[in-house]
Amino acid sequence: MSDVLNPPQDNVAPPIVPLKPLGKVLAVTSGKGGVGKTFVSANLAAALAKRGHRVLVLDADLGLANLDVVLNLYPKVTLHDVFTGKAKLEEAIVRAPGGFSVLLAGSGMVEYSRLTPEVRDDFLRIMGGLIPHYDIVLLDTGAGISDVVLFAVSLASEVLVVATPEPTSLTDAYATIKVLAAQQKRQNIRMVINQTARLGDGRAITTQLQQVLDRFVKTEPGRPLRLIHMGDIPSDPSVRQAVMRRQLLLLSMPGCPAAMAISQLAAKLEDTIINRVS
Amino acid sequence: MNASSVIHLQELRLDDARALLEHDPSTSLPKAEESSTVYVQSIIDNLCELSLKDPLTGLSNRRHFRSVLSREIDSVARSGESALLLMMDIDHFKHVNDTYGHQAGDQVLQAIAKCLATCVRPMDTVARYGGEEFAAILPNCPVSFGHIVAERIREAIGDLLIAVSPVLKVQVTVSIGGAYAPEWVRSTTSLWTDRADIQLYRAKSEGRNRVFIDEQQVIAVSAEEKSMLFGPLSMGDPAWIENLSADALGASAGSAMNRVN
Repeated sequence: MSDVLNPPQDNVAPPIVPLKPLGKVLAVTSGKGGVGKTFVSANLAAALAKRGHRVLVLDADLGLANLDVVLNLYPKVTLHDVFTGKAKLEEAIVRAPGGFSVLLAGSGMVEYSRLTPEVRDDFLRIMGGLIPHYDIVLLDTGAGISDVVLFAVSLASEVLVVATPEPTSLTDAYATIKVLAAQQKRQNIRMVINQTARLGDGRAITTQLQQVLDRFVKTEPGRPLRLIHMGDIPSDPSVRQAVMRRQLLLLSMPGCPAAMAISQLAAKLEDTIINRVS
Repeated sequence: MNASSVIHLQELRLDDARALLEHDPSTSLPKAEESSTVYVQSIIDNLCELSLKDPLTGLSNRRHFRSVLSREIDSVARSGESALLLMMDIDHFKHVNDTYGHQAGDQVLQAIAKCLATCVRPMDTVARYGGEEFAAILPNCPVSFGHIVAERIREAIGDLLIAVSPVLKVQVTVSIGGAYAPEWVRSTTSLWTDRADIQLYRAKSEGRNRVFIDEQQVIAVSAEEKSMLFGPLSMGDPAWIENLSADALGASAGSAMNRVN
């Protein structure tokens, strides 16, 4: 289907994939800011697009995200214009360099960062219209555990928590997971550990988090909370280079260790989320 | 209204409805001298009223409860205020029935219903959910009050001396499970009742005559959790220490501790 929500890139034929009844929604969240959440969202989207999926990244941080900065995209029409009725939804969706679609919030969305019923309804309506057009929708949520973040995550069928091995990041990731377990009764939470120093660190950290959760978070009988370690992204100087140049790592340095790790993460997500029969 | 749609009172078969209403002491039957419209309207109103009530206790029945619950969950989603659902089950009610007979059982149910109605605010809905199970929906109930209300109900019921015969008074206790309406969009009435039911089950399995409420948790990371989270770190596991730059160990580790406590 040639659809308006998947704008074609110049000279590049859109990937052909069979239409599925309903796309999957993955919230990418972190607790602490500055752990590479948007970097992971954008590059993961590129890696998934490379694998032939129709991908949309939605700036669910309502105006405070850096998705536009990371992607070096400054579209004239944004989600804010859709919210205010100035533009149609399809006009606000742009094609990112990595071959995926992006819906940016726009700076005017800051006024929507308080979650009123109207914002909630508008957001729901927009999500409902978008999901069927994609194989996967990534929600790049804001930092912290505000009501907007929790609301965005509540719309997702899957959650990916990005953390780094730093104590502050782990504490915040742990707090976020606790909230998701308590308020949303989440059972499966996927983890990716960014900026790891050596092989196996991410798995060790995930195991440690799991042990603390098992001890301190009460879950309903028969509904245990499970962290699923999806992979590590090793510390890699190429990441900083790509970020400074405002390029996607997957495009500029696809062979570097961090890019390879993100490609692996995409393959794993494809197996567990996109290809899974719902 | 055209002539053909005019309904003649004598052509309607209202006898069954009238008999049903005459049976119910709480309904006020329309007087015969009222106009036909007033008369029919009154019959309909009374039937609606009747269809929402539990005949034994006069509380809302399960049908009414369901509709109030789904209205309340919509209202919570819009307003964000907290609403509490309590599920209450009389402890060892079978024993009351088996020992004193079903009539005594009915008297116990009626006494409890009356007591429940006095424990809540007029805006709250109390229902007989089934058998010896009752439910209450408390809109706009702050999280800090939920436990107080539920405890008040539990104590009031436990204090009741219910006369089941001129010479015999019985006392019963109640187990209560509660849950606040989930504020998230994907919530449903069944998710809400499930959560309250799980707490009721807890109250039963932990000895009965007690209250458990699924609190909306305040999220904080305790020192104990942090010490376990960073356990390998403090034990000097080299893999962890290498992970942490001097910066992470100094400035930001300190800030995390300050912030969370």
